[in-house]
Amino acid sequence: MLINKSKHTKYFLLLLLIAVLNACGESPKQDPADFGNKKKNVNPGELSPFEMENGIGPVKQKLTLSPINPELVKKGEKIFETKCGACHKLDEKYVGPAQRDVINRRSPEFILNMMLNPEANYQRHPEIKKLLGEYLTQMPNQNLTFDEAKAILEYFRQVVNEKQ
Amino acid sequence: MENLWFYKRFIIHLWIISIISISIGCEQQKSALSGNEAERVYVAPGTYDEFYLFTSGGFSGQMGVYGLPSGRHFKTISVFSQNPETGFGYSEETKGMLNTSYGFIPWDDAHHPQLSRTDGIPDGRFIFINGNNTPRVAKIDLKEFETTEIIEIPNSAGNHASPFVTENTEYIVASTRFSVPVPQNDVPISSYKENFKGTISFIKLDSKTEKMNLEFQIIVPGFHYDLAHAGKGASKDWAFFTSYNTEQANTLLEINASKNDKDFIAAINWKKAEQYLKEGKAKTLSSEYYHNYMDEKTHSAVSVKKTSVKVLDPKDCPDMIYYIPTPKSPHGVDVDPSGEYIVAGGKLASVIPVHSFSKLIKAIESKQFDGEVVGIPILKYDAVVAGEVQNPGLGPLHTEFDGNGYAYTSAFISSEIVKWKIGTWEVVDRTPAYYSIGHLCIPGGDSKKPFGKYVIALNKITKDRYLPTGPELTQSAQLIDISGEKMKLLLDFPTVGEPHYAQAIPASMIMDNSKKFYSIDENKHPHAVKSEKEARVERKGNIVRIYMTSGRSHFAPDNIEGIKVGDEVYFHITNLEQDWDVPHGFAIKGMNTAEILIMPGVTRTIKWEPKKVGIYPFYCSDFCSALHQEMQGYVRVSAANSSVELKYSLGN
Repeated sequence: MLINKSKHTKYFLLLLLIAVLNACGESPKQDPADFGNKKKNVNPGELSPFEMENGIGPVKQKLTLSPINPELVKKGEKIFETKCGACHKLDEKYVGPAQRDVINRRSPEFILNMMLNPEANYQRHPEIKKLLGEYLTQMPNQNLTFDEAKAILEYFRQVVNEKQ
Repeated sequence: MENLWFYKRFIIHLWIISIISISIGCEQQKSALSGNEAERVYVAPGTYDEFYLFTSGGFSGQMGVYGLPSGRHFKTISVFSQNPETGFGYSEETKGMLNTSYGFIPWDDAHHPQLSRTDGIPDGRFIFINGNNTPRVAKIDLKEFETTEIIEIPNSAGNHASPFVTENTEYIVASTRFSVPVPQNDVPISSYKENFKGTISFIKLDSKTEKMNLEFQIIVPGFHYDLAHAGKGASKDWAFFTSYNTEQANTLLEINASKNDKDFIAAINWKKAEQYLKEGKAKTLSSEYYHNYMDEKTHSAVSVKKTSVKVLDPKDCPDMIYYIPTPKSPHGVDVDPSGEYIVAGGKLASVIPVHSFSKLIKAIESKQFDGEVVGIPILKYDAVVAGEVQNPGLGPLHTEFDGNGYAYTSAFISSEIVKWKIGTWEVVDRTPAYYSIGHLCIPGGDSKKPFGKYVIALNKITKDRYLPTGPELTQSAQLIDISGEKMKLLLDFPTVGEPHYAQAIPASMIMDNSKKFYSIDENKHPHAVKSEKEARVERKGNIVRIYMTSGRSHFAPDNIEGIKVGDEVYFHITNLEQDWDVPHGFAIKGMNTAEILIMPGVTRTIKWEPKKVGIYPFYCSDFCSALHQEMQGYVRVSAANSSVELKYSLGN
């Protein structure tokens, strides 16, 4: 080889410079404002052990539950009737599963996460994916507030004790 | 040797780099080099447009909503016309919106959208639009993109110079294009000059309730009041109205209303008018008109009949109204962002006259008058005019502003947009419009701070521009870039109905406020049912009320028996969904109305009078879920004298 090392380097720097000049900067991706509650590009992936046990949603750690509050139960019952009752009954399989003993099937945290964030659970949680296979229809997001969801949970904690 | 080898290898590598670059392509460079129009209007899938464009629906009576720069159509807002797509004007809750003193009117001709303003700048709260045929003004709430209020304008006909707003939306204006007797009267048409009058109306928008009220009308000579704009900045207390037919012809206006060299712009000091109103100078004129609005809690129209209006007569109110002579049947009247210049579109004139507000005030102070018409002083043209734009194209109509010192005027006959400089009045650029441009629109282009960037040509004729669709062709809009010195056509797109005026506003000023659903807890509809448990059917005589709920993917109840021929059946359907973009539709076989679209959390009612015995399926007409096909039910209709019992059910 007649070319020495330093010439070699300069040569590649020259090519690199040409390549850079020729190339176009990657245009910044327009990031549409996060408008609405559609969850974009939820990365399918491994769920954490907590998520496996408690679902995916705003509740990210175990809660400490107080003794059942009858006022809250009443409130929860009313919300359940308006926003859930068209598809869920307590003792019969309807559009969705019977709910009287849901508290025995799922953790309280799971129940809250499912009510507050159904879309992500349908997409990523293996247990909920199975439900879709069985019930064919996906539970809609009823845009409950956290407090409303807590009231419905209180109602579930109560009705399981009233089993006929 | 060594150099030659180096040179050869360098050339080969250069080729490789070039080929790779070309084959990969380089979009940014392309646009920088050639200004590729396609890229300028391309909004990638899943991304948003920069502006909302609201176009008048013309003789469809509705309003179109588009995105810019893409020209994508998002929605047609039901305004003055029944809309079978949504049930507007068919459902019991919305029928009242179309009540007038002439009864229920399911159509109008909508011309001029106008955004509400704060400090002279569009604020994204409301957009107003006029009904020309049976004079009305509608208010559309931009949280919902629904018509929430319509007020009828009495003592008027052809509500064309409307609904332009003052600097802080204190008032929305309306006026008479086709003068008529005021009050209406049975007189010979040939007694026009004696009996026909015009009115200029000021509708007040209550700053707290945000409701409209016809505050006062000014009675004016029976000319044809054509277009308007309120002042801004220095001229904010004023509003300007063009007029034609100052000849007061009542037949063959084509010839007879084009005789005078000059017609008038009426300059009205609305602050002064307000003061006269307070001082009790107004007379009360008995007049019948309707004020309709949607109640926020019941989602139902409230329709109120009004019986009188306050009228100011210029004879009793000096210094409130002046006439500015303006060449040849002026059409548009547009006020520049500073509020100083008032541009008239002299549609038959060979120049664009531009009046000066400061000269107007001086001319009033120094009484430079040239006669009067029934107590309204006529100012001297030369004392008010600031300049004339020469060679502005044939048939100049409307002018918008870019906020950088330039004005853009549409010329109908020569079918072009003419750009000219404010102050020097010289034409600096022109671009053809395809074809027969009427209005034009720059985002915020009639406000104190235009957002600029584009001008949209609103064209009446499209001839060879699109695939033919029989004798009637689409109307269109054209998007033209105005960011550089020269205007540059970027895009053609068809519009719903005839676009007269349009207004555009940055999307960011509206989109974050957009409503997603109505809270079911706040639904106070008298026939709402808040849970499936309450769903039921009740009969009182031959009136049957079906209290139904909807949710993905069933109605409750879905089997109903005991309905009889001759019954008046009301389906009161409450959509229990609380999620975005999940309306349900409802339709039943043989209904003589239209589908109703029920937004989440809302109750809507459709009346049905079954005429024949049989089984009638009903179903959800707006796709809602994977089991949408299953969202259906049956009503059994029996003979009038049948003894089939009323019953209803869901599931077994």
